[in-house]
Amino acid sequence: MTLELKDVSKVVAGQTHIYPTNLTLEKGTMNVLLGPTSSGKTSLMRLMAGLDKPATGHVFWNGADVTGVRVQDREVAMVYQQFINYPSMSVYDNIASPMRIGGNRAAEIDKAVRKAADLMKLTPMLDRKPLELSGGQQQRCALARALVKNAGLVLLDEPLANLDYKLREELRIEIPKIFEEAGSIFVYATTEPEEALLLGGNTATLWEGRVTQFGPTPIIYRRPVDATTARVFSDPPMNFLNISKVGQEITFGDGQICPATGPLSALDDGTYMAGFRPNHVELEKNTADAIQFHGAIAVTEITGSETFVHLDHHDDRWVGVVHGVRDLKIGSRIPIYLDPTHIYVFGDAGDLVAAASYAEAA
Amino acid sequence: MAQITLSKLAHSYLPSPTTSDDFALKEIDHIWADGEAYALLGPSGCGKTTLLNIISGLLEPSRGSILFNGNDVTHAATAERNIAQVFQFPVVYDTMSVRDNLAFPLKNRGADVGYIARRVDQIAKMIGMEETLDRKARGLTADAKQKISLGRGMVREDVNAILFDEPLTVIDPHMKWALRTQLKSLHREFGHTMIYVTHDQTEALTFADKVVVMFDGRVVQIGTPQELFETPEHTFVGYFIGSPGMNVIPAQVDGAAAYVHGEKINLGRVYHGLNGKIEIGIRPEFASLSNKGGLPVSIKRVEDVGRHRIVRAETMDNELNIVVPEGMPVDADMTNVTFDPKHVNVYADDWRVRGEAA
Repeated sequence: MTLELKDVSKVVAGQTHIYPTNLTLEKGTMNVLLGPTSSGKTSLMRLMAGLDKPATGHVFWNGADVTGVRVQDREVAMVYQQFINYPSMSVYDNIASPMRIGGNRAAEIDKAVRKAADLMKLTPMLDRKPLELSGGQQQRCALARALVKNAGLVLLDEPLANLDYKLREELRIEIPKIFEEAGSIFVYATTEPEEALLLGGNTATLWEGRVTQFGPTPIIYRRPVDATTARVFSDPPMNFLNISKVGQEITFGDGQICPATGPLSALDDGTYMAGFRPNHVELEKNTADAIQFHGAIAVTEITGSETFVHLDHHDDRWVGVVHGVRDLKIGSRIPIYLDPTHIYVFGDAGDLVAAASYAEAA
Repeated sequence: MAQITLSKLAHSYLPSPTTSDDFALKEIDHIWADGEAYALLGPSGCGKTTLLNIISGLLEPSRGSILFNGNDVTHAATAERNIAQVFQFPVVYDTMSVRDNLAFPLKNRGADVGYIARRVDQIAKMIGMEETLDRKARGLTADAKQKISLGRGMVREDVNAILFDEPLTVIDPHMKWALRTQLKSLHREFGHTMIYVTHDQTEALTFADKVVVMFDGRVVQIGTPQELFETPEHTFVGYFIGSPGMNVIPAQVDGAAAYVHGEKINLGRVYHGLNGKIEIGIRPEFASLSNKGGLPVSIKRVEDVGRHRIVRAETMDNELNIVVPEGMPVDADMTNVTFDPKHVNVYADDWRVRGEAA
């Protein structure tokens, strides 16, 4: 079972929503579409489902061209951010509805509904109406309906976005388990990097209508092909600064000069953009060749276990995530440290020149 | 700006409530300090919106009273309370310019023209919209419109309090960072009393001086983020704050030790004569994998979330989550788990027992 997009694009009223895209999704895989609002996640899903016809390109299902085939005639189930259930039907009838339309036997339907309800922890609520349920239960009802449909392609468009934080945490763990068992192709759209990491599987990062990279989720996180992908896949955002290399010396934006160590030593002479993740900012010198910067503290945020330090380094605003509760004075200048093995180097066009060496090892 | 006193406040949506279950907001008795930022945090249905509506005057409480700077406002209408509010979805006048939207609350009160101009410029700078001040609000993105709503909420310096009801829900994760830090700077600069309702723990913890955790109509803890993290007063706080939440394991506790199926765990404090359902609580951050000592553990799954890994494990028939920092290995010979005794809390019937210094 495969879903293949070949040069698929979408243009609405002269505006390109999706640039020509190639993607191949395999049976039994979880595929995350990660990108900010209006980056094209929903547009891409609608093309996959057959809800929209592509401007160019073709969609193949198991090798057969299904580009013009209506969504009703495809094996597709979709779950949206807004909980969509039939309000006048019981939870049982809601879950059963796709199977009834499919003309299945009553005994078969009953078995499938009860199994899906059990997985989604809805068994005690089967006789209730959707509006008598909490938001989390309503969305679980919509998920159960997608599950019994036994579709080859299941599209989940930010299904947890409207739920409480803790419910999201629980369903995030359950969803991959449930869907692994079902063996379909899953596509899951989210704006949150952490959600992508927790779901695992593969990730396609999206930015302004383009898939910037597709592959196993941890690899996309550790080896982004360009600065855009790194930015999309970082929360808080990745920190950037301009650097230039001459001989065995690196000059950082403001004229600070350091010996080129780690991945920096192999660079050709020239100018680059360096990127590093907030969790790699250290307030104490932890390795011998750590690079020291000075920043002025703009704001600190304390979560109880961690402190988010927002600081101004010349014209750049950086953020660091450090362990524990730190009492730092707003406006004061502090030294921060960066292990050179944590630096990503991007070229002028944003392409990755050297991945952080820690990521190569991982 | 005002100190806010909640005096024996309770609310039921039923006409004649009898048992405590009938109350959507169970009795609360607190004084909230002038100029502090509070977050009301809890799951849907915990009573946080009921409490916010009582403070804003949309709802009259069934019992008790609410005071601003000592003046009883329990029965005063919203308009008489001199508060500013920011809601989940942007409320802007599409046909007005951004400038006029921001100036609106000041013009309404007949403020001096020169003052309005200065103040609007100041706020525009804070929300990063100096460039768009003379544009019409129509056609701006949801993010930009919500920034206008936030700016308008902050524009008056003389309000008793500013109330925020899930103000960042419609905002993209990346933009959330920027707006939250701006709000925080604004709070530091102007010192308004702020009350911020959210179900998102990161938002609550990073924004507030004090977080009010609510559960089932009750305030279960008011504390700094550090207090909520290190000493959750109720197992619900341990569960709700932190991702994953605190591990809770049934145990027997005697003196400075806890026993789980006979295996000993050292505690940082001493406990005597405990009654009821006894449990120990350990945050995943304070549990460490090792190859000897502590409790036996079997690893079920490892989730890599980038900056750390979450190890899903089982120990003595209990589920256990362990947070392992980036770069630290998780090996097959790690058959044990140890806990930092300072950070093992003891609970009797879900409430933390303080114990005595060892």
